[in-house]
Amino acid sequence: MELLEGEKEVIVNYVEGILEEFDPVQENLVPILQEVQERLGYIPALAMEMIATALDLPPVDVYGPATFYNQFRLVPPGKYQFKVCMGTACYMAGGQIALDSFERRLNIKEGETTPDREFGLEHVTCVGCCTLAPVVMVGDQVEGHVTPTRVDGILLAYDAITDEKENEGDK
Amino acid sequence: MSEKITITIDGKEITTDTEKKLLWVALDNDIYIPNLCAIREEERPYAGCRLCFVEIEGLEEPVTSCTQPVTEGMVVKTRTPQVDRLVKTSFELLLSDHRLQCNKCPKNKACELQKIARERKLKLKSKRIKHLERTFQIDDSPESFALDPSRCVLCNRCVWVDRNVAKAGCLGFSYRGINRIITTFNNVELTKSACTQCTLCVEACPVGALYFKE
Repeated sequence: MELLEGEKEVIVNYVEGILEEFDPVQENLVPILQEVQERLGYIPALAMEMIATALDLPPVDVYGPATFYNQFRLVPPGKYQFKVCMGTACYMAGGQIALDSFERRLNIKEGETTPDREFGLEHVTCVGCCTLAPVVMVGDQVEGHVTPTRVDGILLAYDAITDEKENEGDK
Repeated sequence: MSEKITITIDGKEITTDTEKKLLWVALDNDIYIPNLCAIREEERPYAGCRLCFVEIEGLEEPVTSCTQPVTEGMVVKTRTPQVDRLVKTSFELLLSDHRLQCNKCPKNKACELQKIARERKLKLKSKRIKHLERTFQIDDSPESFALDPSRCVLCNRCVWVDRNVAKAGCLGFSYRGINRIITTFNNVELTKSACTQCTLCVEACPVGALYFKE
């Protein structure tokens, strides 16, 4: 994902600060990654390269653990993050259909973020209100009984569907 | 200090040095033990392919011969029902997500998997485990070779030579479980990575995952 204007400086600044807090040994790789994600919300490639240089590792050895653990995300979260529930109840009630609808409408895959960083899409496993299955969380807001029509309704509420985007979806 | 000792493998008496790993002693004495990930120079073997199991008298369960140092008077059997079963299962699991199509593979007839199947009379197609077909982007950006992750058996050999011989630090494992693959940093093409195109990794690959273009 392209970095926004001024984002590079922010990343360099934060990561340099974080690296100063840790001894530059490989054992600290995961704590450093956690700290970077905590402050930046995700782990940009630039940060991984900086960490690799600091720990004297090939960058691919930072990329490996960063992709291995589910807790790390390599793309920035959207301003509005759609979390589609894939818990047992939601899965059975058509969670996948809701996820597919989001993917089609936003033109991104699960785990990705739209290029303008407005909307992100991910799946979660049970948010604790299975009677409303299939459930989608938008930020802290719970949306229940999410059918493809309801997906369009949610997206309309967040101005995610403009004429332009709708046309792109039709192509 | 290494000293001369005598061990027995499949009834054959062998004189060797201590501090050697059993797998290499066997291979050096023309006793074949299947292996994919073993590297002679490595002191701490990766032991990831789980194919080099043997049974040793006095030990309850089969052990991987690549990690087993030889000791005086050791009595080893390379073929027992228990060993065969372990090797068969490991082999079937390795092949369960391996794109076969041997006749289209550049490593056909020089492939370690084919060799193991021949030596141990195993089938390349398993009925027991459902085959998982996966499609990957083939990276053919380097001039002389290409990387096709769908044929990779995750043996770590290319990563090892990349780090220890070529010292490039280009290849590594990414993702987890069934999604684990060999990638470059940030999954970019090889030509855009730290790859020096030394082709040592291609020579190290026991299967057709890294292969020379015609």
